[in-house]
Amino acid sequence: MKLFFTLCFFLFATTVLAQELAPDAQVKKITNEVIDIIKQDKDIQAGNRKKIDELVDAKVLPHFNFGRMTALAMGRNWPKANVEQQKVLTNEFRTLLVRTYSTALSTYKNQVIEFKPLRAAAGDADVTVKTQVKQPGTEPVSIDYGMEKTPAGWKVYDVVVGGVSLVTNYRETFNAEIRDGGVDGLIKSLASKNRSLETQASAKPK
Amino acid sequence: MNIMLRRFLGLSLLTALVGLGGCATTGGTPGDPLEGYNRAMFGFNEGVDKAIIKPVASGYKTVMPEFARTGVTNFFANLGDLWIGINNILQGKVGAGVSDFGRFAMNTTVGILGLFDVASNAGLEKHNEDFGQTLGRWGVGSGAYVVLPILGPSSVRDGISLLALDWRGDPLWYVGNIPTRNELVGVRAVDNRANLLDLSRLAEEAALDHYAYVRDAFLQRRRSLIYDGDPLPEPDPAKTSESGESKDTAALAESELPPAQIITQWGERVITAADEELTPAQEFSGAAAQPVAARPEAAGVSGAAYEPRIPSNYEALLAVSGEVHDGLARISLRPR
Repeated sequence: MKLFFTLCFFLFATTVLAQELAPDAQVKKITNEVIDIIKQDKDIQAGNRKKIDELVDAKVLPHFNFGRMTALAMGRNWPKANVEQQKVLTNEFRTLLVRTYSTALSTYKNQVIEFKPLRAAAGDADVTVKTQVKQPGTEPVSIDYGMEKTPAGWKVYDVVVGGVSLVTNYRETFNAEIRDGGVDGLIKSLASKNRSLETQASAKPK
Repeated sequence: MNIMLRRFLGLSLLTALVGLGGCATTGGTPGDPLEGYNRAMFGFNEGVDKAIIKPVASGYKTVMPEFARTGVTNFFANLGDLWIGINNILQGKVGAGVSDFGRFAMNTTVGILGLFDVASNAGLEKHNEDFGQTLGRWGVGSGAYVVLPILGPSSVRDGISLLALDWRGDPLWYVGNIPTRNELVGVRAVDNRANLLDLSRLAEEAALDHYAYVRDAFLQRRRSLIYDGDPLPEPDPAKTSESGESKDTAALAESELPPAQIITQWGERVITAADEELTPAQEFSGAAAQPVAARPEAAGVSGAAYEPRIPSNYEALLAVSGEVHDGLARISLRPR
């Protein structure tokens, strides 16, 4: 009987562990999966937007926390937006970020990605996973992921490329937009930016 | 021709700094007192880029096979390693500096005049250093953000370093035959631009306000480079105080989560009230206010141990670097 319980415990423990990957292991797994797909898919290498978007949708986006990202980009202006506005903002910002991310992915050319050991204590709920993209002739470019533990597993809330946060880089712009036209002004600017990118994309199918 | 160009650039920078530095801060973005001039110059640079530089770079990228372009990039990158090494040593990172000289030796010989970056494959990574970063490492503040004519985003500190010193550490300027030298400088510029085509497209796509996006990316990038990817908490008051707040509100918005912790990597070295008052210009003039001290090792962060920013023997190192520089001048390709 005791053995049975022990077995049960181990079984339970291993299933939990399997579900809950460590943040760095999770980044590594997803990165490798995405790169493998890009390497095999000639359409994506040629810049097929639709296929890239599908890949990002399926593999990458579930691991991003766009609410937190939008709040981070808004900074002290975030509470100025009401719940409805926050929702719209998150949606528009998500569209913009996803687009940038997809474009970045489409420029991938066989660079080697190196994963750095995670520096975090056992109980940390907020960690930075560090990776490096290596290419000959230039210094390696770091890509760091700010990740937090949520009930739904580890989620990315910041992506920092070569020291530049793709999220907080918007803060001054958002500040200025809100200073000039309020939260609604910012929503309008984001929406029109997304629309113009949309029409650009359909104008020259790439 | 190039001396003329450099004088023109230097003069424009000086005019920009003297003329506009005085009547700065008329509203606008805090931390960008020269915004009016900067936006105008940014627009001018964009125009020149669109009309001349970008088309040439795109053509170059289309015409040249990839391996040839990599060779060109490697060739110029190799020449840059000497100055990078000197700056690493000036910053007290002797190991990195030695590695840079090792790279130069290896790539120049085994890598056939630098066309192949064999050193990277051998584990000697390329670094990114310049004199502006060295000054930053010594505690000199960046000063206001400045967009230089043609050369693009910079700061008072980095712009002066670039125009006064960095070109002296650039072996291309020691090529005696002026037309050849100009051609080399031109090819390098085109090659650099070609390498940035994807990135510039990305920035254009991502930005709501292209000027602000490039500016803020540049400032973040420089801050990160000075500390080799491990920057101190940002000195910008708005950003530091906000990031804490926004993290909390974000956490609240998702209610089940505890408020996110804000742990700076260097424990006590959080931004003090005094730091928050500093504008970039004040930061620049009051450079000495920034302590030279290393990050407190007491913070107990493993692997974050840092050398002091100024090596104790830096005067000797300066002298050595001067000799290296003179040596470089002597062995230059100048016809005798």
